[in-house]
Amino acid sequence: MSIWEYANPVKFIRTADRVLPWLSGAAVICLVTGLIWGFFFTPDDFRQGSTVKIIYLHVPAALMAINAWLMMLVASLIWIVRRHHVSALAARAAAPIGATMTVIALATGAIWGQPMWGTWWAWDPRLTSFLILFLFYLGYMALWEAIENDDTAADLTAILCLVGSVFAILSRYAVNFWNQGLHQGASVMRAGALAGDTEERVSNVFAIPLFVSIAGFVLLFVALVFLRTQTEIRARRARALLARERVA
Amino acid sequence: MRALLLRDLVLAVRAGGGFGLGLAFFLIVTVLVPFGVGPETGLLTRIAPGILWIGALLACLLSLDRILALDWEDGSLDLLATAPLPLEAIVSVKALAHWITTGLPLVLAAPVLGVLLSLPGPGYLWVFVSLALGTPALSVIGTFGAALTVGLKRGGLLMSLLVLPLYVPTLIFGAEVARRGTEGLSVQSPLLMLAGISFGVIAALPFASAAVLRVNLR
Repeated sequence: MSIWEYANPVKFIRTADRVLPWLSGAAVICLVTGLIWGFFFTPDDFRQGSTVKIIYLHVPAALMAINAWLMMLVASLIWIVRRHHVSALAARAAAPIGATMTVIALATGAIWGQPMWGTWWAWDPRLTSFLILFLFYLGYMALWEAIENDDTAADLTAILCLVGSVFAILSRYAVNFWNQGLHQGASVMRAGALAGDTEERVSNVFAIPLFVSIAGFVLLFVALVFLRTQTEIRARRARALLARERVA
Repeated sequence: MRALLLRDLVLAVRAGGGFGLGLAFFLIVTVLVPFGVGPETGLLTRIAPGILWIGALLACLLSLDRILALDWEDGSLDLLATAPLPLEAIVSVKALAHWITTGLPLVLAAPVLGVLLSLPGPGYLWVFVSLALGTPALSVIGTFGAALTVGLKRGGLLMSLLVLPLYVPTLIFGAEVARRGTEGLSVQSPLLMLAGISFGVIAALPFASAAVLRVNLR
């Protein structure tokens, strides 16, 4: 029994079928609880009023936008080293989800920024690096679509993902350089947070529904990746069947 | 290797007009900017380093598809791949040829065009230095983008989309060196970062480009 057994598409589809209802159920429960709790049962902030509640969408989406790219990086590495097709398809399946998360993070940030900073957009390091991340997602997806041969496309996008990761990190620190940010620093998970020091971080009243909402986003992402990978496998199988029929 | 470099240089100069294209584009951009933002000397002085950098970057981007596309079409790339020279070396030579025909003229032309943008005194040196350090990185990164899209019929737009985010760190540090140098501030840290990116990219990225090219030639 090893994890590589799931590289077998049949086994993967069977497992995904079994796991998906539980995953999506848990995702819905967490999201509904977290968001309703966050939106209706937390007090307004002292200074920000009710705009503070956008944090329940903004922070989890931003988190998943970065984690989706990390997952694609791992899947691409597995494809390059071990040539499991499921892995390449999983990376392909994750890209549009990650891009959507990036858009959600940017949009909610702009909506919050308008009343709070008085501007929709600022060339702040965090905002800029998210814009660059979005460009990376776009290029990655466009390259997948542009190449007809499946294996060639998987190879090229995997290398693009590796090179892109290095440059994404470089840009992240490069933009830090020319501008001091408008965006606040990390305030949810601080070094002192676990030690019970509540002075310097988001208060528990806001933090607990936020964690529920983050868990919901993680589960949602995993469920969507399972579902989309399954679809990709089935679509590829259907194409192979059609091609075989034409030949016969 | 030398033969390949000479061949690429001769081809670039004699055939297709790819040689002057980047330079002409650079000239057009710098000449048009004052028409767009107005002739105020103070404003032009402030934005001159950035304009020169953006112009150089776009001029570079314009000529990228010439690096590999022609050789791909007439089949000489397949011959080169079977030559005793490793593909990594071929890709590096291609990038070098692109830099000599596009990057180097831009570096030499930038201080001259700086006059048009009323670049202040110390600016000439730093624009020249930052471009001389930065444009090789642009050529090498561009070769990677060209190798990724070489098999596609109309890969130009896709290549721009792929290369654009890869250019961001080079542009930021390059323009920062030029700006700080022009304003007389310390340029040490962005200069070191720019040099680090350039040399790191020259050392590592040909391996990725060659791997990509091998996939495309399969």
